Amino acid sequence: MAETLLDVRGLRLSFATEKGSVRALFGVSFSVAPGETVGLVGESGCGKTVTALAVLRLLQSPPAIVESGEIVFRGEDLLALPEKRMCGVRGKSISMIFQEPMSSLNPVLTVGEQVAEVFTAHNVCGKREAAERAVEWLRKVHMPDPSLRAREYPHQMSGGMRQRAMIAMALALTPSLLIADEPSTALDVTIQAQILSLLRELRERERMAVLLITHDLGVVHDFADRTAIMYLGRIVEIAPTRELFADPIHPYTQGLLASLPGKRTGEKRLPSIPGTVPDLSNVPPGCPFADRCPFRREALSRFLAREVPADPLAVCDREDPPLYEYSGGHFAACHHQRTVRGGGAR
Amino acid sequence: MTGGIYRPEEDGAILSLVNVYKTFPVRKSFFSTENLRVRAVDGVSLTVPPGKTLGLVGESGCGKTTLARLAIRLLDPDAGAIRFDGKEITRMEGEALRVTRRQMQIVFQDPYSSLNPRMKVSDIVGEGWLVHGLARGKELRERAERLLVRVGLPADAGGKYPHEFSGGQRQRIGIARAIALSPKLVVADEPVSALDVSVQAQILNLLRDLQEEYGMAYLFVSHDLRVIRHVSDDVAVMYLGKLMETGPAAELFHEPLHPYTRSLLSAVPMLGDAPSERIVLSGEIPSPISPPPGCRFHTRCFMAEKVCEEVCPLLRSIAPGRYAACHFV
Repeated sequence: MAETLLDVRGLRLSFATEKGSVRALFGVSFSVAPGETVGLVGESGCGKTVTALAVLRLLQSPPAIVESGEIVFRGEDLLALPEKRMCGVRGKSISMIFQEPMSSLNPVLTVGEQVAEVFTAHNVCGKREAAERAVEWLRKVHMPDPSLRAREYPHQMSGGMRQRAMIAMALALTPSLLIADEPSTALDVTIQAQILSLLRELRERERMAVLLITHDLGVVHDFADRTAIMYLGRIVEIAPTRELFADPIHPYTQGLLASLPGKRTGEKRLPSIPGTVPDLSNVPPGCPFADRCPFRREALSRFLAREVPADPLAVCDREDPPLYEYSGGHFAACHHQRTVRGGGAR
Repeated sequence: MTGGIYRPEEDGAILSLVNVYKTFPVRKSFFSTENLRVRAVDGVSLTVPPGKTLGLVGESGCGKTTLARLAIRLLDPDAGAIRFDGKEITRMEGEALRVTRRQMQIVFQDPYSSLNPRMKVSDIVGEGWLVHGLARGKELRERAERLLVRVGLPADAGGKYPHEFSGGQRQRIGIARAIALSPKLVVADEPVSALDVSVQAQILNLLRDLQEEYGMAYLFVSHDLRVIRHVSDDVAVMYLGKLMETGPAAELFHEPLHPYTRSLLSAVPMLGDAPSERIVLSGEIPSPISPPPGCRFHTRCFMAEKVCEEVCPLLRSIAPGRYAACHFV
């Protein structure tokens, strides 16, 4: 990629708990180009939100400890930045919107005050002008009656309106990267469509990059240029979105896509992924997906039935596969697919 | 027979609701004496044929959960009739209701709060047998064990407590409890909404297998159109307490009639062969305390005209088996 805005390299992060250290990220690497939207998808506990919070250094340390890795934003390693300068990055160059707008807005300040605070906190302008700019931003996010709504408190608004207020706050200083953590998950379907179309509109107008975190494959399908699939603290596959959906390589991605209901009517059973996500405090050695993987399971059963002299995928239980590159920009971390398709190491 | 007003086909239906109404009192503030009521279910009729699945879909506050609870008499309707397996149960009470209830069970959304944390799993699953005097003691535990294995839990699950299980496993316990009495109807209220995608598919498959094995009917409530499409034989779409459209799932998802259904389908990406037009509705869902006059949907509808503000459209037949409540369909 010619230009990168954000480059996360080999991020390993763990949490100190009463039962000892629990690793949440096992070397996460990805990049976001200027103006690009990257989707980070995974099931609960896969580390997608931790990754986002780590980028903004919003994790409390301790318990969170970055063991290794770099988070390079516009050529600067954010992890090495003094906290004071980091404050200048947050909200100004990189901002974030959260899933639950009610709990991330201040209940005792009006929505207008909260948007205006973004300007005053970063010393952009005086109080009076900040208030005017706040109303203007509420108008830009299509808040109905913006000057009236600016004087209301979060509890007086619906979920969709609160999310609009959050977006106004996040975009007020036109950041070059917006991190959106499940921005539409808590909303109703038709309101969800409104918020996504608003983000689409603003993304284009402000030319900002978006790191979209979601568990909903449908949302990234329509919204992201590239998509990364996370499993147990790793990115197991990353590819241009269209390609990822057309030709998923990692068995976990394949399983996720196949198990989505409602792709057609009259479908009897859904192909489902057996088993459950292992507990992070008890991660198996080798490939994290091995014990649920259809390829691994088949190889093992053929070996146990003595159809083959040696277990062809014994490597899955030993080595955690790195991301191999397949076609341009399509990476997946799977030993089996590498032998079948012949990808090159990243 | 197009053009006719929707009448539930009650012959042979396991469940039918005829023109059911339910309101709840609300107080604007603690001192308010205003007598406001939420019109949660506002004249809804529907039927569920035996062994089939009716998917009830709608956004939050549309009344779908209230309707589901009315269907099995967990709530009492203000007006209208509820018939179950050929019997009128609208005003049924006491022993008769208790006996009827064996035949209708419910699976709740939240697998964390719907299981008593102080009861062992075998007692949770077997409580119905105890109440109806069908099994107790050692026999209850053995039957519970067989049932738990059937829903995909380990055989020793019965001796444990709910907190020892994951979300998907707890939902399996809830399902085991619901089918313990071999009911004819199971109301499933958002049974997979709290679960991750890979677990969701497992639970949907289990529900499907159990339906084939035991032949029960499902009233399946969900806000998730993908799930509804997967499970339903027929679909009913609710908006602000009223049915907007109902019909066979295959046809409704292939060619939605009502503008609300059309916009709902367009809001969900990757819904298979659903139309790819993108309709983004403006505005918010109005309050069910003071729903708009005329058609409930007219404030957000892209097809609305003058008549929609004045006259509430009836659910009428558009094509065989397909009904929509819209002046312009």
